[in-house]
Amino acid sequence: MGLKKSGGTSEMGHSKTLAPALRDLWHVIAASQEVPMGGRRVTTLFDTGLTVSRNERLRVARNDDGTLLPVIERYGCIWTSFGSPSADLFPILEYGESDRRNIIAGSIGVNVSAPRAIENFLDMGHFPYVHTDILGAEPHTEVKEYDVEISFERDEILATRCRFFQPKAALTATEGQDVDYIYRVPHPYCSVLYKSCPTDESRLDVIAIFCQPMTEETIRAHLMLSMIDADNTDAGIRRFQQTIFGQDRPILENQYPKRLPLDPRAETPIRADKSAIAYRRWLSQKGVNYGVIPQQLS
Amino acid sequence: MGLGVAELRQAAWYPVASSDDLPFRHVYHGQLLGQELAIWRADDGYVNIWENRCLHRGVRLSIGINDGAELKCQYHGWRYANRTAGCTYIPAHPADAPARRITNRTYPVKERFGLVWAALSADAPEMDVAEAGFALRPMPVNALPEMVLSALVARGEAVTQLPPLGAALVLAGAPGRATYFVQPVDSARAVIRGVLDAEPDVDTLMAFNAVLARLRDAVEAEARAIELPDPIVPRYEPVSVELATMPDRVIGRQATVRVMVRRRWQAALDVTGIELAPLSGHLPTFQPGAHIDLHLPNGLVRQYSITNGPGDLTGYTIAVKREAGSRGGSAAIAETLREGDVLAVSEPRNNFPLRRDAVRTTFIAGGIGLTPLLSMARALQRQGLAFDFHAFARSAEHLPLGPELEALGDRVSRHFGLGPPETAEAIRQVLGAHSFARHVYICGPGPMLELARGIASELGWPDEAVHYEYFKNTHEIDTSSSFTVELARSALSLTVPAGRSILEVMRENGIEAPSSCEQGACGTCLTRVLEGEIDHQDVYLNGTEKAAGNVMMTCVSRAKSARLVLDI
Repeated sequence: MGLKKSGGTSEMGHSKTLAPALRDLWHVIAASQEVPMGGRRVTTLFDTGLTVSRNERLRVARNDDGTLLPVIERYGCIWTSFGSPSADLFPILEYGESDRRNIIAGSIGVNVSAPRAIENFLDMGHFPYVHTDILGAEPHTEVKEYDVEISFERDEILATRCRFFQPKAALTATEGQDVDYIYRVPHPYCSVLYKSCPTDESRLDVIAIFCQPMTEETIRAHLMLSMIDADNTDAGIRRFQQTIFGQDRPILENQYPKRLPLDPRAETPIRADKSAIAYRRWLSQKGVNYGVIPQQLS
Repeated sequence: MGLGVAELRQAAWYPVASSDDLPFRHVYHGQLLGQELAIWRADDGYVNIWENRCLHRGVRLSIGINDGAELKCQYHGWRYANRTAGCTYIPAHPADAPARRITNRTYPVKERFGLVWAALSADAPEMDVAEAGFALRPMPVNALPEMVLSALVARGEAVTQLPPLGAALVLAGAPGRATYFVQPVDSARAVIRGVLDAEPDVDTLMAFNAVLARLRDAVEAEARAIELPDPIVPRYEPVSVELATMPDRVIGRQATVRVMVRRRWQAALDVTGIELAPLSGHLPTFQPGAHIDLHLPNGLVRQYSITNGPGDLTGYTIAVKREAGSRGGSAAIAETLREGDVLAVSEPRNNFPLRRDAVRTTFIAGGIGLTPLLSMARALQRQGLAFDFHAFARSAEHLPLGPELEALGDRVSRHFGLGPPETAEAIRQVLGAHSFARHVYICGPGPMLELARGIASELGWPDEAVHYEYFKNTHEIDTSSSFTVELARSALSLTVPAGRSILEVMRENGIEAPSSCEQGACGTCLTRVLEGEIDHQDVYLNGTEKAAGNVMMTCVSRAKSARLVLDI
């Protein structure tokens, strides 16, 4: 049963053909800061070895036959595609606001499928257990009702009215309070989170995760922040985000099966998992076939 | 070569750990034929072997926390009970009892001569080995399990084969005879687990270890020369349709569990303590606050709260107060029930769930009303959460389950012989003004409950922080109205005449609906109402819930409007 695991950096297509919904999308392959002027970097996307180089211009080439692939640079990252991608990536309007700090907080390898990492990013119930005393704390464990919709015209998932109790939501806070979140999933392997900004109530901080599926069961996660924060240093902001992700990582690497099962009977969802249920359904409808265990139709 | 994986799965018991691998509150990560196992010993000594995967999101349970009675998943804090692996608490929804039976996959387990054994198939034959013995240090070998067995046999004398993967023999160079079992970890990974008749001295142990290490090196060299098979693909069984689709199973007042009265004792003046044991194995998972329906020999059905602490499934302990005006329930128990009697009970049902997201939980118990609260307090104590417990009774002799209460230590306050004004004052003191994330649970006689709820309300406690359970509905039920009930999902329209309940009329028309007390106290027949004005006559819903008008108890409540539309 099951497909034999594709190993290493063999050519794509030998073990499976990428679904059109994935082939024609932009996929992240590096943070811009990883490929400075004159630099080159070898990486992997969908089991395929690629080389990214930056001289007079930015180039992405397949390692097996040297074919050049399309390339764009957005949100502090370099993106490519194996098919015919649209002109641009999904929008993150806040990124262009002049007073924001835009930071790539890390590009971190994880032994997990991209959809498992996205699902974890959407999940609030684990805050008290995995991010203890930072994003949540026992006994305040309730995931309150929230709303989820799949927007067909924008082709993305939107979860709104998400709230979670944080014991110390900001450095200035003396008692706990609910923090508001909005989640978007505009791409099968990317998610964007909007969170109330501690220093300016009228605006939202943005935290995004862009997953680079190296193989079905290994990724690099690129974390992008777009913050209203005049107080903390870049290093401080990076350290905070890496601490959070460092807490998630051992959980992600202990999830089995590593690929996300799309069959509703594979795992046991609860109301708090509404956004994950919508995400799995959306992946199924798109025919996503990489990093997932598709639903067996009987 | 030899047996395939399917045959090995069916065949037998295999050792998966040494008893020493299971120290206090540890979770051991084992593997058998490609299947990962979470192996842990509860404080009561029971060894649990479970699929190494939380049913919620697939996180390994071997990284979870063994609290001695339950295993808690690291990811979302779901708790699974010792023995049954049934889920008892989902922290993301603290106000809900896990309504569906979420149960992890468990494997049969045995402990013999210092080894822990598992069977992947429920119909593995009974294990035919001696009880006594001493387990050698396990020797992992990266080779096919059958290669390992062949190597043992080839180097052995006086061989007695113990199929499928064992042999008793004298290994060349070893200081004596031993029994060796090969644990098939995966298609090309094995562990040799040797057993001696008695505990040897250290020199003997070192000699066995050296011989086995040489054998390992030789077999691994052999294995490197051949092409090894792929690892076995683990099987992840799908969860039940019931869990995946979330409909409530329709159950009436069913008695599906047979139990025996193991112990019966005087638990206080006029109170009989009863321990109900399973006829074999263990009892179904319960959550704190749950009750069972007890079907008595005289045909009556009564509800009793389970008083047990978490993970204690070898017998439900209940306490029964002899009521002065008994209609045959408590009298039958007090007068006729004997140790050894076999009775039928329902599966535990929880309509009085305990939130565990409180900063502090207060319990107010009146007399026999302490039974569900005792189970709750035991759960909080096990988890290390803050609570205070106030037991009200006429006198120390009237206080049920005194010794059990004693174990909760100084968090218990006892209030004896207070009249109504003193009781009110004591409750006022205990509650104080409401503050963030405080919850109170009240159970006791009707008048005391009314009193406590009233005081809580005066002190500014919101309805959602005040939780209570009546033993029975003492209000006179007015059944004079007649009306029409439409069942939206069943597309049926029924007439409920005066003198009959909605529940009865539905049953007569073939609609199976769950129920338990049938007097509006327990909450089992809770039904969503889509349209119409409800005539609430129960004591289960609180004021806010009644005013919202979207749920009702079909056993006693009726309609004020001519028509009700129910979500059934």
